[in-house]
Amino acid sequence: MDKSYYNPEDLKKFGKVGEFQQELADKFFSYYGEVFKDGELSAREKALIALAVAHTVQCPYCIDAYTVGSLEKGATEGQMMEAVHVATAIRGGASLVHGVQMMNKVKEVSM
Amino acid sequence: MKSLKARNEPIANFSHQIDILEESKEVENIPKFSDKLNVIGLNPLKPTGLEIFQVNVGKMCNQTCEHCHVDAGPDRKEIMTRETMQQCLEVLKDSSFDIVDLTGGAPEMNPHFRWFVEEIRKLGKHVMVRCNLTIILANPKYNDLPEFFRKHKIEVVSSLPFYNPDRTDRQRGKGVFSKSVEALKMLNRVGYGKEGTGLILNLVYNPSGAFLPASQQQLESDFKRVLKKDHDIEFNNLFAITNLPISRFLDYLIKSDNYENYMEKLANAFNPSAAMGVMCRNTLSIGWDGYIFDCDFNQMLDLKVDAPTSQHISNFDTDELLNRNIVTGNHCYGCTAGAGSSCGGTTT
Repeated sequence: MDKSYYNPEDLKKFGKVGEFQQELADKFFSYYGEVFKDGELSAREKALIALAVAHTVQCPYCIDAYTVGSLEKGATEGQMMEAVHVATAIRGGASLVHGVQMMNKVKEVSM
Repeated sequence: MKSLKARNEPIANFSHQIDILEESKEVENIPKFSDKLNVIGLNPLKPTGLEIFQVNVGKMCNQTCEHCHVDAGPDRKEIMTRETMQQCLEVLKDSSFDIVDLTGGAPEMNPHFRWFVEEIRKLGKHVMVRCNLTIILANPKYNDLPEFFRKHKIEVVSSLPFYNPDRTDRQRGKGVFSKSVEALKMLNRVGYGKEGTGLILNLVYNPSGAFLPASQQQLESDFKRVLKKDHDIEFNNLFAITNLPISRFLDYLIKSDNYENYMEKLANAFNPSAAMGVMCRNTLSIGWDGYIFDCDFNQMLDLKVDAPTSQHISNFDTDELLNRNIVTGNHCYGCTAGAGSSCGGTTT
């Protein structure tokens, strides 16, 4: 039994998740491949978005994959860190904006 | 930093590198490169012609780059003699080779470099020099290289791993980026990279670590935009090259625990179209001591051409070399990954 929930080697096995349900896995990977192709957003922009989202959902597999993916799309370290800050700002902002609800409630129950 | 050879590192030994590439546990899970070629009907790999004559005129260099597949540096004393150069000229004289690609080390450090260039040009061959840029500023005797290149209409091919100092200096040494910028400006001043001059200045990008290069076209566009905006530098084309797991880059992969993943990445990215266009099919590589190889990478692994009577420039048999089987190994995955990789950039 593994002593850890996350094993870096498991990322290499991602493509084998179809073992228990092939049809849905095939549809997922086909869709996934299409999503990351150059479109109205470049493949580099999509890799940076994926990197930011990976930090938001805190998926270590995704962080590893899209760190390398961003480098392989020609992103700079500065661009990658700015993407992480965008995720951080939205996560922080999502908490802070609820402060308005707190303020509303305070005002509702206070004289 | 000293070369691996000067430090007596075991990995400086050719056969040790081949063992790591072919027999180590880290490559157990990838198919042999020759098996991959078999599947697409390319094994044995055969030449398509003899067009590019690449000469490594010596391993001496003013830099000691972290990724260097030559293990070049100031402490390397292997230098091609004038006699061997003369043998190269004899072969070139009546050959089908159109292009002569001079590399090193820093080829300009060979004392016979300028004479050799002049003699090759007299034969009407196109000459490319792989200039590391900083050599132009390394010593006053090299300051006139841009003018020498211009006079002889040499194509200049220069490594610049990235358009910012951080990544460039991590790979090529502290201060290399700023010196490279200065050298590029000197080349621009004599007309290199400028429209209408016919003086070609190409840059070479290679990843600063264990990952594959981005799209060559995209990188070229980024490099042109940033180098123009930040430094008013112009150049013609960018070649995106994949790092091959040889010598110092292999040493880096092993010491950083990236070797197994990198080999898997290369093997998984095997592209049959790139395999069709590998540079060894129309190139020969001549070592500093006159031995002949299928490419500069095989040269650094001491894998001589499979042509028993034509292994040295003094016994050059065109027919035998045209009919040889090209020597391959797992390091060749570096040239067939993704968009492919060669000394002239992508191959697909």
